[in-house]
Amino acid sequence: MRVSVKWLSEYLDLSDIAPVELADQITLTGIEVDDVTLPSLTLDNLVVGEVLTAEEMADSDHLKVTAVDVDQEAPQQIVCGAPNVKAGQKVIVALPGAKLPNGLKIKKSKLRGVESNGMICSLQELGFAEAVVPKKAEDGIYVLPMEAKTGHSVLPYIGLDDAFIELDITPNRADALSMRGVGYEVGAILSQKPAFPEVTVSEDRSENISDYIHVSVDNSQDVPVYKMRVIKDVTVQESPMWLQRKLMNAGIRPIDAVVDVTNYIMLEYGQPLHAFDYDALESKTIRVRRAEQDEKLVTLDGQERRLNPGNLVITNGEKPVALAGVMGGENTHVTGATQTIALESALFESSVIRKTAQSLNLRSESSARFERGLNTAAIERALDHAAQLIADLGNGQVVSGVARVEAIQPESKQVTIALERINQALGTDLVMDEVVHLMDRLGFDSETSTRELTVTVPPRRWDIEIEADIIEEVVRLHGYNRLPATLPKSESIPGELTHKQQRVRDTRHFMEGAGLSQAISYALTTNEKAAAFSRVEGEPVKLDWPMSEEHQALRKSLLSGLLDNVQYNVARQNKHVGFYEIGRVFYPVTDSKLPREVTHVAGALTGSRVEANWQEDEQPVDFYAVKGILEEWFTVIGVSDEISYVPTNTYPELHPGRTAKVRWQGQVVGVLGQLHPQLADERDLKETYLFEIDMDALLDTDKEPLIYSSIPKYPGTSRDVAFVVDETVLHETVLSVMKENGGKWLKSIRLFDLYQGENIEQGKKSMAYSLSYQNPEATLKEEEVTSDFEQIKKALVEELNAEIR
Amino acid sequence: MEMEEKLTALLEEAKAEIGNAAGLKELESLRVKYLGKKGEVTSVLKGMKDLTPKQRPVLGKLANEVRDAITARLSEKKETLEQEALKKQLAEETIDVTLPGKKVTTGQPHVLTQIMEEIEDLFLGMGYQVIEGTEVETDYYNFERVNLPQNHPARDMQDTFYITPDVLLRTHTSPIQARTLEQHDFANGPLKMISPGKVYRRDTDDATHSHQFHQIEGMVIDENITMADLKGTLELLAKKMFGEEREIRLRPSYFPFTEPSVEVDVSCFKCGGKGCNVCKQTGWIEILGAGMTHPHVLEMSGVDSRKYGGFAFGLGPDRIAMLKYGVDDIRNFYLNDQRFLEQFKRKG
Ligand SMILES: [Zn+2]
Repeated sequence: MRVSVKWLSEYLDLSDIAPVELADQITLTGIEVDDVTLPSLTLDNLVVGEVLTAEEMADSDHLKVTAVDVDQEAPQQIVCGAPNVKAGQKVIVALPGAKLPNGLKIKKSKLRGVESNGMICSLQELGFAEAVVPKKAEDGIYVLPMEAKTGHSVLPYIGLDDAFIELDITPNRADALSMRGVGYEVGAILSQKPAFPEVTVSEDRSENISDYIHVSVDNSQDVPVYKMRVIKDVTVQESPMWLQRKLMNAGIRPIDAVVDVTNYIMLEYGQPLHAFDYDALESKTIRVRRAEQDEKLVTLDGQERRLNPGNLVITNGEKPVALAGVMGGENTHVTGATQTIALESALFESSVIRKTAQSLNLRSESSARFERGLNTAAIERALDHAAQLIADLGNGQVVSGVARVEAIQPESKQVTIALERINQALGTDLVMDEVVHLMDRLGFDSETSTRELTVTVPPRRWDIEIEADIIEEVVRLHGYNRLPATLPKSESIPGELTHKQQRVRDTRHFMEGAGLSQAISYALTTNEKAAAFSRVEGEPVKLDWPMSEEHQALRKSLLSGLLDNVQYNVARQNKHVGFYEIGRVFYPVTDSKLPREVTHVAGALTGSRVEANWQEDEQPVDFYAVKGILEEWFTVIGVSDEISYVPTNTYPELHPGRTAKVRWQGQVVGVLGQLHPQLADERDLKETYLFEIDMDALLDTDKEPLIYSSIPKYPGTSRDVAFVVDETVLHETVLSVMKENGGKWLKSIRLFDLYQGENIEQGKKSMAYSLSYQNPEATLKEEEVTSDFEQIKKALVEELNAEIR
Repeated sequence: MEMEEKLTALLEEAKAEIGNAAGLKELESLRVKYLGKKGEVTSVLKGMKDLTPKQRPVLGKLANEVRDAITARLSEKKETLEQEALKKQLAEETIDVTLPGKKVTTGQPHVLTQIMEEIEDLFLGMGYQVIEGTEVETDYYNFERVNLPQNHPARDMQDTFYITPDVLLRTHTSPIQARTLEQHDFANGPLKMISPGKVYRRDTDDATHSHQFHQIEGMVIDENITMADLKGTLELLAKKMFGEEREIRLRPSYFPFTEPSVEVDVSCFKCGGKGCNVCKQTGWIEILGAGMTHPHVLEMSGVDSRKYGGFAFGLGPDRIAMLKYGVDDIRNFYLNDQRFLEQFKRKG
């Protein structure tokens, strides 16, 4: 809502307050102000000029040379390109020195050798939007009325000597979608009672409305109020200047005096109106009903609309003549030939209007107001005011009486609230008189008892219904800046992260310590990427109506997103990339409407862990570098004892020979492997390693108590064993053979060498392990260890066909 | 007194030789030469058995003095030689300390995580719980339960990603507040929670819009919670995020789930309130929305709104990060360009 301060001054005394200050107060007390504009600050040297002569320029097909009287010693010669410039017109002249909103500086100049001492302006050149300029001035200059005083500033004529406050009105404050509403609001802020001019209708008693029209509605739920007046003997002409400038500055294009009045009254009262050409109705009946399936109506904009029972239509008893609350019909709209006007003022059910406007994509100033509700007390007042104004401007007469159907009457509401309740909610110490005074500023009457007050809320504030609404009015007028700042005095309970939340944080810190940076990717991705890297059954969860292919399904794995990040970086010469991400993946669940959301941690690494430097050779990322990160993390979160790695070739996205499923307590909780070289090629990546682990599976378990085990007092001892086995024998298998046959003192096993190549038979490998033995209670005897160690060697030979070296 | 002279001469000879010794080895051989079992001083002393009892003590004393003097000289010289050797070793070991150190590679948390963690920690310290909720929600919990029924004008279908007519990607983290509220037993104390997480809106991605972003909402419900408590809490939050000297101001606004509702501005941290391009010349920057929990929201969760009340607030970590660090394109947060992410390794 763009509020003209001049217009507002018709209701309130604003002489003591600057527009910018007023805007500040409105923002802090009531409604957010988006912008304040004062066009006159930057516009000068713009005067009314009278075109004395306008001659075609010799060698131009569109330029004219004019002589313009601007009340200086001599008329000024100005070259003008507008097709509509004519001698005798009063026009807007920008004199040398003027600076137009589009940045143009006016100087004395020569056009094709002809001197030009200024510029005759269009409204667009003064900053008006194309859409608000009257049609006839759209392609040329704007012609002022003859009364405009030559040589005087042009700003008052077009309303630019004003300040404009752009209000951003929230859905609850639709009462401020009208100048009168804003008048009440600003009056409350400034402690002034707004004064609104009284409107009386002078009716022609010779005829009654019933001679013209009868109105009916099918369903009073859809149309609680429908009223109509008739204005006869009207001459439809252009609106006077005062009306045009009010509309243009409010962002509405002047059309003709009838349409302009309906818009003007809508701006003043917030009540949308519609004017019909009475004769074009071809009926003395108005019936408001739901549209029939596929019923058709050509609307004002010339488009044929196919309607359905979700739409409400105004009919002449048979066929639709308007789409209620949204747009009029072409066949009944007011034209220059119209003599009799049927003027509608109604209340339509907001959800019906909302759905219709939305489905036909026809949002308008009217429909927006119906959607947000109306001041029921203004329905008839606005109708009366508009009817009188149409009659006045068109030399017509208002037919006596109002045709009406009304299921509801405008009624005030009463809200009772205890003073203590207000203070308790706000943390204030207001006394009854203060609250009563605040209500009075709003124009609300209140009755008080010792502890309570009952506030009478007029229909113009239909947003106020409950105690909390009154509390809001009190606090905003009292001033949020006067509210104390305290903290809740509740019983104090410790705030702490859950075990899982703490572990998630630990994981983040661990991954960062291990050199990985946190990425956050989009959860919505393509269908293909959403499904990739996941072995969980079922199609990804898809959006009903996606905006793009790029973001249409919820990921089942974090890896596609991470891989995109890696690719993005590598393509930009960030060659060494190490990312981790912690986020949700989404699995469809057949018998639940909500998917299952699982928190995963995933990682993607490519390039080098260590770049070649003066001390070290380059260390490219490899499988074991990534596995090392996971192993240490499993230790940190306390699950390493029950983790195992199983080779797998079932992931088509991963290298079949370099991928392991990660199992914990026998269940698969994740995967670790190299991106399939073919896919890496497609993405222009070098060797890239990935992991993804289900954190929920690992962290949802109860917190295991950590109990210290004493530091061994007795020395341990160790033995090394080296042997040759088939290259297919897994380290994991060797470990389990050693553990099973290791005896009770075997403490740890460490692989310290692995070799294949020269001196080792083809298809074999040499492995060397160091075994540590420890007895926490006594010093180990050499014989005990030796016999246990022999046992292991024997088992290696027997079970793995190892050749001990 | 032939022996006395002999001893004195021996001492002079030893002093000279020790003084000329070039290394520790030579010094050791001098010690053996003079003081060893077969050394020269020892052999002089051995000759004392031929002396008269009267002469013995006199000569014995002299011999001891000579021996002590040589010993002292030896250790003095040893000290000097050791010092020289150490000095030489240190000189040889000198390195170029300006060469680069061995690289320790660490990663860093995402800037949005840093902001969210900072806020979480502030509220954990004040006795709040962190409750995350699910990203896919029902229409009922996402809208109806926050006082946005089907035909509410504030409910814009265009803004929501639906999966089915009934299931959607949450547009705010409020549904978990409703879910927590209906489970909460006030016999165990007040409800104080914050809910951080990802949220989604049907928006075309551009510099200021993202279909995915983050939100942290907070809620406190108890007896006797006041709007002044909300103001105090938000003041603390603003100072924590933007600096001790910051002030806040509350402006009336509208959210369906709170009444009264306010928008909260923080005094501009760039210009201090004088007006600049960050605050669009107003001195204030809008950082969050808040209000007193609407009685309908409480009643829908089965909470008696006559007895219990409280406040709620919500803010966007993406927006906070953009403001705080001058990030001009929200898409930066989700592109994961290392050159962007690494800038936040240093704590801001
Ligand atoms: Zn600033």
